[in-house]
Amino acid sequence: MVTQTLEAVLRNHPFLADLSSEHIQTLISCASNQRFEKGNLVAREGTEADFFYLLRTGTVALQIHRPESGGITLNTLGEGDVLGWSWLVPPHRWHFDARAIEPVRAIALDGRCLRNKCEQDHELGYQLLKHFATLIEERLEATRLQLLDVYGVPAR
Amino acid sequence: MTAADPMAPIPAQVRKLDRENQDTFTLHVAAPGATLPPFQPGQFDMLYVYATGELPISVSGDPEAPFSLSYTVRSVGKATNKLVTSSIGDWIGVRGPFGVGWPLEKAKGSDVLLIAGGIGLAPLRPALYHMFRYRPEYGRIILAYGARSPGDMIYRHELARWKKEPRTQVLSTVDYGGLHWRGNVGVVTTLLTRLRLDPPHTIALICGPEIMMRFAAVELEKRGIARERIYVSMERNMKCAVGHCGHCQFGPYFVCRDGPVFPYTQIEPWINRHEI
Amino acid sequence: MKRQREDAGSRSVILRADLDELVQALRAKGFTVAGPVARDGAITIDTIENAAELPAGWAEEQEPGRYRLTPTDDGAVFAHTVGANSWKRFLNPPEARLYRIRTDGKSFVAPERDAPPARYALFGVRPCDLAGIAMLDRVLAEGASADPDYVARRSQAFIVAVQCGRAAASCFCSSMKSGPRANSGFDLALTEIPGDRHRFFVEAGSAAGGSILAAVKHRAAEPADEEAARHVWESTAAAIERSLDTAGLHELLTGGTENGAWQAAATPCLACGNCTMVCPTCFCCSFEDSSDLAGRAAERRRKWDSCFSLSFSYIHGGSVRSSLTARFRQRIMHKLVWWHDQFGSSGCVGCGRCTTWCPAGIDFTREVERIRARLVSGSVRDVGQAGNLCDDF
Repeated sequence: MVTQTLEAVLRNHPFLADLSSEHIQTLISCASNQRFEKGNLVAREGTEADFFYLLRTGTVALQIHRPESGGITLNTLGEGDVLGWSWLVPPHRWHFDARAIEPVRAIALDGRCLRNKCEQDHELGYQLLKHFATLIEERLEATRLQLLDVYGVPAR
Repeated sequence: MTAADPMAPIPAQVRKLDRENQDTFTLHVAAPGATLPPFQPGQFDMLYVYATGELPISVSGDPEAPFSLSYTVRSVGKATNKLVTSSIGDWIGVRGPFGVGWPLEKAKGSDVLLIAGGIGLAPLRPALYHMFRYRPEYGRIILAYGARSPGDMIYRHELARWKKEPRTQVLSTVDYGGLHWRGNVGVVTTLLTRLRLDPPHTIALICGPEIMMRFAAVELEKRGIARERIYVSMERNMKCAVGHCGHCQFGPYFVCRDGPVFPYTQIEPWINRHEI
Repeated sequence: MKRQREDAGSRSVILRADLDELVQALRAKGFTVAGPVARDGAITIDTIENAAELPAGWAEEQEPGRYRLTPTDDGAVFAHTVGANSWKRFLNPPEARLYRIRTDGKSFVAPERDAPPARYALFGVRPCDLAGIAMLDRVLAEGASADPDYVARRSQAFIVAVQCGRAAASCFCSSMKSGPRANSGFDLALTEIPGDRHRFFVEAGSAAGGSILAAVKHRAAEPADEEAARHVWESTAAAIERSLDTAGLHELLTGGTENGAWQAAATPCLACGNCTMVCPTCFCCSFEDSSDLAGRAAERRRKWDSCFSLSFSYIHGGSVRSSLTARFRQRIMHKLVWWHDQFGSSGCVGCGRCTTWCPAGIDFTREVERIRARLVSGSVRDVGQAGNLCDDF
């Protein structure tokens, strides 16, 4: 019952749209439905990144903390977004904090489990890497534009 | 430090002021008739501004200059503003030195990688002076310096001079290059990826904003430098500098007494936790 | 009965009627005697000139956020336990001038400290407070940066300890190995034996303690006196109800700083800092600088400070511990965990004051046990761990 519904969610998630049925099945076996309350951390900087998340509802803020100002939000992610690629990239530690700033429902995918499966099934690995490469490129481009401070005073 | 009373400032006179950038100055002070306490690179003094308060400032000058102490100060509040706007001949109080400095003994025979962010170059400068003076005792010296913009850099003339020292590399980068900068643009950790390193024989000394130090240490560990060979200079609120006022506590440590320089092995368990 | 100096280690008896001779002997030696007094419905510590000022006939009820004086029927002088004040206010005062710095408008003169105002005889120090003083010695009186002011006050102080004859509901000294009996750290220790032969069993803990007896009517202790004193010590130890299990606490709390259990425990806290004010081992302080109107003399004053204040951890435009939870956690972590790393022992002596004097009624030992239980069971989630599994699609 639950498995069928997980399948529906994964199939319909935009990030996984063009994965084969077989690959979706593999993902299902590493997936669980999770809920995070408002204010809770989904991930903490420096800890092991064993999961990545497909966000279904709610908003997650990517944050970094400084001693003098607590958490600063760098970026926010919402419905349909993917949170976390450190599960793929060694040393597999979260680079930032991720905090649910509204109640969040997400599918958690076990990255450790998936890494093993990707080692065995290189086609799965290639497909996932392609998807994540696109995701990372989009984020990098957005970050660079954000850094540009386009609304600020022109010459420094 | 006066043996009898570690809280008593020694009167010292401002002899010279160098402007480093828009809001940062280096003060050179001397105490006529009294010997100012010698310091180890990485240690700090408490500077007393008459009737205003005290500030912990890293000593940023030459550890073997006999009668002068230098402090690079950025104006961020009432007391620092009074320091940077002092005139030659003004009097301040000095007490110290305090804390644990850079592990220059342990670093002998190794390559030394210094990573500095912004005004974090100031506590590292005495280490550079020491290593250049005793050059044969150290391997390669690499300084990676990152600042917000070219105008925010400090010690610019010395950076150019240090490049010319034997077996020494100086790389700099800025977050914002502006219109005329032709050098590197990017955070300082991006400089590390292009370095040729010998990790088992490298000691890393890092000083700068805490976020920068965190990410630099992660990058160095990725490159294979052991946590025991990475050192950071921590900062917390300091009032007494002798471990009695309790303000500078960072987990189990008093930054004034157990630091400010710490091996990363001691810092790593705490630096990712919130509000420690 | 006699009046003569005794050796350290000797055991004597002073009759109840002669207790004031001890106070007068100390005053004659130039000590200002500070002892417990009953005032405004509580036991506090103040300078006394006569044993009659001691709070004879008063005991207390102490519970989280509650303190009441209750009369006793045996007229015991030391039936109380500990009041709001601890003895640290005489050794490390709440406010003191560190320096006066004079300037001629150009240079300034290297300052010197004021000498301490008085030599204190601390009269009526409980074993938990003795342990607290020993902890302050470790913090402030050791090493190259020993505080000269503290060292001067401390070395001049004379300590008359009182072995407890009663335990309040808030006491947990036995868990912290600081009571209810002290074996050392005092010049004299009194054990009150009330009843129809109301007297004090006196242990001389030092040569100074023994020599003060030269001016105090006393006799050598007999086996019956030792027996009566031992009975007091044993029944007090048995009367302690409260405990704190410290086994494994260092490791457990260190691993659990990010757990939601802290926020749950901190919810009622007001960050008023009362606990740090009444605690006999809290030593944090801050400094204030000011000058006179003409600008010719500046002053540097030292004042007690508390880790609960928002600006305590201020750097670079903000405070490191700005949330209430973080400041609540800081006190407990410092007192029970990090004090071990810094000073080689726990920082808590089990006096119970923080529990009694918390306006929100936070029960220290119970909250620590609750945090322990939650960390062990994993019933409250660590921030940054997986979320809650759910089925709602």
